[in-house]
Amino acid sequence: MAREEPDDRTLVLRVQRGDHEAFGVLVDRHMRRAYFGALGLVGSHDDALDLSQDAFVRAYRARDSIDPDRPFYAWLYQILRRLCFNHLRDHRNRARRLREAHPWLADDAWSAAGRADPAITVEREEIRTRVRDSLALMPEREREVFVLKEFEGLKYREIGELLHIPIGTVMSRLYSARQRLANQLGDLL
Amino acid sequence: MIDERMRNLMMAALDGEIAKRDRRELDAAIEASDDLEGEWDRLQRLKEVTGTMRLESPPDRIWQDYWSSVYSRMERGVAWIFLTVGAVVLVSWSVWQAVDEIFQSSDAPWFLKVGTVSLIVGTVILLVSVIREKVFVNRRNPYKDVHQ
Repeated sequence: MAREEPDDRTLVLRVQRGDHEAFGVLVDRHMRRAYFGALGLVGSHDDALDLSQDAFVRAYRARDSIDPDRPFYAWLYQILRRLCFNHLRDHRNRARRLREAHPWLADDAWSAAGRADPAITVEREEIRTRVRDSLALMPEREREVFVLKEFEGLKYREIGELLHIPIGTVMSRLYSARQRLANQLGDLL
Repeated sequence: MIDERMRNLMMAALDGEIAKRDRRELDAAIEASDDLEGEWDRLQRLKEVTGTMRLESPPDRIWQDYWSSVYSRMERGVAWIFLTVGAVVLVSWSVWQAVDEIFQSSDAPWFLKVGTVSLIVGTVILLVSVIREKVFVNRRNPYKDVHQ
């Protein structure tokens, strides 16, 4: 019979008693989510890896202040988003950097179209490029909500809890983000 | 001009989070307004476009090394703390010894003593200024999170 995995609360309590291995289990459990959370915000694989790992290191240093009764990832995400926003402010030419960076946004419709019609492929590529550029220029807080909804598939309630904002604010930021994207795509829509 | 309630209802409808009653309200409003209908169509097309997009996955090997990288950073963090404390103690002691030597020595020229005092005073003022800015000004600045 497989041994049951300890929940986050148990692991956090063990980490607070100085158990490194328990922290390793927490990292394994949340690394993908943290990585993709950072990728959606900074748009670069290398930076996402660096920032998400840095968030875990800072989380470990501040382990005594973790409330075991609250979701661990929500707490980690507060560190992660702060690191990502600071990183973006420190790299003001991010739009150019993102265009030059390794592709971070994939389009399944583009991949499928590639096997069918070259004209559609070109159009999908143009759409993907414009979406990527528009995201790079989008205000951070709108981009954050858009990424959490569109790429991570969170519910409005979950986004609100993660960012400590009301659901109405989630929806209004999402609307603004989609407006920008729609304007950017213009004739392609 | 589309009001906030309609915007929110459109978002909820696009993302499948709308209640039946709200959906009926949205449908009625769309039918009654050409502007709203145009906006709704545009947003639906956008949703179709972005719905097929996802964040590109990195190579699998990064997950294998992820924890060991985090662990190394944690270790290095501790090493840096020790290194910094050691360096501060040694440098402070060396500076103290050097200053003491200069002021105790009757052979040291007057301009060396003046230069040393000037260097110390300048360093202290700079340190106090930087610390004050970090601790007080940043904390009280209501625009610190605003993208400049």
